[in-house]
Amino acid sequence: MDWQAFALTIKLATVTTAILLAVSVPLAALLVLGRSRWLAIVEALAALPLVLPPTVLGFFLLVLLGPRTAFGRAIATLIGHPLAFSFSGLVVGSVVYSLPFAVQPLVAGFAAVEPALVDAARLLGAGPAKLVLTLLLPLARRSLIAAAVLSFLHTTGEFGVVLMLGGDIPGATRTLSIVLYNQVENFDYAAATNTAATLLGLSVFALAAIYLSGQVRGGRRA
Amino acid sequence: MLDFALNACRRQFHLQVESTFATQWTVIFGPSGAGKSTLLRLLAGLDDLLAGHVSLDGHRLTDCARRTWIKPGRRQTALVAQQPALFPHLTVAANVAYGLGNLDRAARDHRVEEVLNLVSAQELIARRAQHLSGGEAQRVALARALAPLPRLLLLDEPFSALDAKASDALLTRLQAWLTKHRIQTVMATHDATDALAIGAEVALLHEGRLAAQGPAAEVLASERNRLLARLS
Repeated sequence: MDWQAFALTIKLATVTTAILLAVSVPLAALLVLGRSRWLAIVEALAALPLVLPPTVLGFFLLVLLGPRTAFGRAIATLIGHPLAFSFSGLVVGSVVYSLPFAVQPLVAGFAAVEPALVDAARLLGAGPAKLVLTLLLPLARRSLIAAAVLSFLHTTGEFGVVLMLGGDIPGATRTLSIVLYNQVENFDYAAATNTAATLLGLSVFALAAIYLSGQVRGGRRA
Repeated sequence: MLDFALNACRRQFHLQVESTFATQWTVIFGPSGAGKSTLLRLLAGLDDLLAGHVSLDGHRLTDCARRTWIKPGRRQTALVAQQPALFPHLTVAANVAYGLGNLDRAARDHRVEEVLNLVSAQELIARRAQHLSGGEAQRVALARALAPLPRLLLLDEPFSALDAKASDALLTRLQAWLTKHRIQTVMATHDATDALAIGAEVALLHEGRLAAQGPAAEVLASERNRLLARLS
């Protein structure tokens, strides 16, 4: 087992999940509570990574964040190094790639909260932040857990974006998926089996945790 | 004084009503589907108008011509809907205190106790809202609406889950409390006895239009005569 890659994968998934939740909770609330017709376009953009091939997304991010664009150069000046082929770049790519996996469960959870409750809170003076913190999140906490777990798992397993945007730099951008790819390419199936089993175990454990939390609450559809 | 001209369309239902409610209590009376709930939601600012305005004591809350729309939470308007819509994950105390963020802890606790006493629900204070019966939930919803001391209280069949005796007792206490705090009240009901019991001005709503407005006995008597005439 490549423990360095394992630690990097967990670190990447943790940082990505934290950023995704911070971004997705207000975004999902805006999509559910907002009334602007432009929000349909925002929702479509947030769902785009679902249908975009990861290599295509990785390529565009590589170009955007690289030294050929003004944006990429500005970021490099700001943080002292180019985002492409760095851990920070991987985080940006992972956040974009996993965005729908955080936003969509939250949108579904927030939309399931009775509109009458939202009306009552608004009449009692709740602004958007209070609505989200005191009403939507507590009532949609399973969606929040689902968003966190799906974001984490999706990040641990991503390959195309990581390879395009980060390459294969040990300790900086080499994640377990890249390690698995290298092991298969070198016909080291014993090591590949271990790596794949680790990724599989992570996924099964996390998904079981989601479904068990639903049953503990008193029903599969709780 | 509540002054409004409402022109709105909601799910194929067109409401067009213009009036002034100058008395402290006004009952909107009409059959199911007349537009009572729609009218109250429009006054509360929860739904959009096609055209018109809503003014409370001279302040414009909504004015389509001037593109004015005060947010529901800033209108000092409370609405108790037919469904209590209590926050199920919070206790009764937390539900009632929800709109009291501007008060300090002691004042908030005092206000919560006062309004729960008013609706005879003080023993429910620590219960979770999701564990209340229909009647209890309606009492708590009323207390929650009263707690911030709104200038305008909108009641949409607020006692439908209470028995007649409990409803009458609550109504008597409520009237005295609202008078003391000078809170203008508009109550929607399809029950003529409610309208007569309150003895207030009645606005008769029929298919989204204001059919009559005046003292309760007068409006309800003419409505009774109209219905009798249709039967004969």
